[in-house]
Amino acid sequence: MIAYQPLQNSYKHMINLRDRWRSTSENIFIPIGAVIASLVVFGIFCAMQGKNPLAIYGTIYQSAFGNSFSWQGTLIRSAPLMLTSLCTALPAMLGLTIIGNEGALIVGGLGAIAMGLAVASLPPVMVQMAMAMAGLIAGGLWIMFVGAIKYYRGVNETISSLLMNYIAIALLNTLVEGVMRDPSSLNKPSSFPLTAVNMLQSIPNSRVHYGLIYGLVACAIAYFLIQRTTFGFAVRTVGGNIRAAKIAGLPVGKLTLIVTFLGGSCAGLAGMVEVAAIHGSANASLNADYGYSGILVAFIARQNPLVAVLVAVLMGGILSSGSALQRSFGLPDATVLLFQGIVFLAILFSESLYGRLDFFKDREPEVKIDASASAV
Amino acid sequence: MSPIYIPRRQFIRGAIATAAFGATSQLWVGCTEQSPTNTANTGSPNTAGSPTAALLTIGFIYVGPKDDFGYSQAHYEGEQAIAKLPSIKTVSEASVAETATVQETMLSMINQDKVSALFPTSFGYFDPHILKVAADNPKVQFFHCGGMYTEGKHPKNIGSYYGYIDEAEYIAGVVAGLTSKSGKLGFVAAKPIPQVVRNINSYTLGARSVNPKATVQVIFTGDWSVPVKEAEAANSMVDQGVDVLTCHVDSPKVVMETAEKRKIFCTGYHANQSKLAPNGYLTGAEWDWTSVYTQYMEWLKAGKSVTDGGIPHLLRGGLKEKFCKVSPFGSAVSAATKKEAETVMAKFMDGSMVIYAGEMKDNNGKVVIAKGKEYKQTDLDLEKMDWFVEGVIGSVKS
Repeated sequence: MIAYQPLQNSYKHMINLRDRWRSTSENIFIPIGAVIASLVVFGIFCAMQGKNPLAIYGTIYQSAFGNSFSWQGTLIRSAPLMLTSLCTALPAMLGLTIIGNEGALIVGGLGAIAMGLAVASLPPVMVQMAMAMAGLIAGGLWIMFVGAIKYYRGVNETISSLLMNYIAIALLNTLVEGVMRDPSSLNKPSSFPLTAVNMLQSIPNSRVHYGLIYGLVACAIAYFLIQRTTFGFAVRTVGGNIRAAKIAGLPVGKLTLIVTFLGGSCAGLAGMVEVAAIHGSANASLNADYGYSGILVAFIARQNPLVAVLVAVLMGGILSSGSALQRSFGLPDATVLLFQGIVFLAILFSESLYGRLDFFKDREPEVKIDASASAV
Repeated sequence: MSPIYIPRRQFIRGAIATAAFGATSQLWVGCTEQSPTNTANTGSPNTAGSPTAALLTIGFIYVGPKDDFGYSQAHYEGEQAIAKLPSIKTVSEASVAETATVQETMLSMINQDKVSALFPTSFGYFDPHILKVAADNPKVQFFHCGGMYTEGKHPKNIGSYYGYIDEAEYIAGVVAGLTSKSGKLGFVAAKPIPQVVRNINSYTLGARSVNPKATVQVIFTGDWSVPVKEAEAANSMVDQGVDVLTCHVDSPKVVMETAEKRKIFCTGYHANQSKLAPNGYLTGAEWDWTSVYTQYMEWLKAGKSVTDGGIPHLLRGGLKEKFCKVSPFGSAVSAATKKEAETVMAKFMDGSMVIYAGEMKDNNGKVVIAKGKEYKQTDLDLEKMDWFVEGVIGSVKS
């Protein structure tokens, strides 16, 4: 017997947070529940390998979020993911599924190093700005191409962006081992290196580089752009129903090109950060699967840039803890992949619970009936 | 009705599936039970009474899995050997990419595991990762496998070691040349960098020293670990009549298994892959890090340090200095071949063997080593090798 009135959908826009708290909390508690469930499953797996699950949980927490050293390690690992996830999250608002983050990152890194070497004589701030611009533009153009052939020729953007990844990797290898090669980088073919002053510095008093700030700012801007501007509203309309958008007169082609450029430029900026903050030159190590992890982060975050920040931090924490699990418990190196898989599967399975659990369904606010009111 | 309605049958099915998932996870996850290498050697019987040197913790970092039958496994075997030594404790981490993650790993080993020396084993870890972490941690010693250390340019607490495994490749080439029926050998290589090119040339020179008509076909896969391309390259070479395969990639597993499947011979690299190809495995060029690491441990236990030069900054050697070895011969190797290989080995051991001596032409006919000129293995000119010797089918530019 249902003892309350479930809220009619038409009233939803009129009620305040006090009455909406149930459905709002659904978006918080279901993912948390999924993470807890995945920890339990992982603990069972570890118990079967003969390790104490509680000790494992302690190590996971300590090495990911336990102290300042761990936090910095987690943030270092999550910084590139925040940027690369936007390459999937932004076009997804248009209804496009783009997985070319890896390619855009690599092309952005190549553009950044080329620019960094070309203008090396300018003051460091200008060099870094020029490198960031080059990375943004290179990555943006790469994915804009994918958007263009999708809109003007109907080529499936998922397949084309995936294949463009391989083209980018081949381009990286050819350039770094050929034209751009530094002859003294004998056994690890690399481009010429940036001078130390031109490299991206670390945030003072920490090991984390400024790429983290770029990631946070980019995600904030992306959220604001999509959710709070008319441009973003147009994008979401196209994503919701492209025919309705066209009938309404929205410039779908222009929107496609702009949004894919923006998405690609975020991943290109991630490439610039990798080159300028970590490696100092372009070489095959640029191809480190940050792009593919970014796809994962975007999907788990359900294409919401702010949530993507949290998911990126979660993923950085998982990777950090994987490191400690190998050393402290002798667990094999594939354990972190297993843990990652369990967490993400749990979160994906939990998506089917949205809207199904009665606890999270909003109830109609109670209306007090005066005893003196008549039935007329 | 309860808040969450799940039909009973669905619930039972789900429960059985989860239980099956959990119970069989050991089978399909591919985890090998690793005994933790950080168990201290308590109660070591070498000292009666007072303990001797304090426990030294040594950290190892691998770019691939410890059981890849290749580069990382070769280093892991060295680590296992020294973990047995008294008052040595090792911690290790595998599958660490050549990015910021390896810096994080090194820092946690220094801060949490309190290592006194680190062995980051992949070549690509050196620049910029080891350089950065070593500069920030002058009290910890770093030993890099790759021979990159330059006096005056790099921090003093870094040491380098590398082996001339191309000597073992030469002997493997001799065995391959004598066993091959078609005279066509195949080499699956990752990238055309000097170390790889040198291995290919030594292999070819070894094969042609016993069969002047032997040829070695080279296919570059483009990266250190691309199993699909390695299999494709191996299969296409077998289709063209190659009957001995070898490779220089991070994990020779795929090439060895493909050779065995196609019923041809193979020679290994990095580690011993005879288990993967019981019929076709002839021999192989293996690293022998046990002796190198044991030597480093003796120095470290005696309190020597690389920072002041007590431990040499550059440590290199070949077959004679036990940096590399030749795998035990497989069942397909004839007695005459074994004798020939052992004769060549003796020449390496007494120091009389010179692989690169004039006059040598590259595979385009150009003279690359003038008549009368000889290169010792330690000669730095060999480290820049960018040509293929006569008999190699392939180009360094590919």
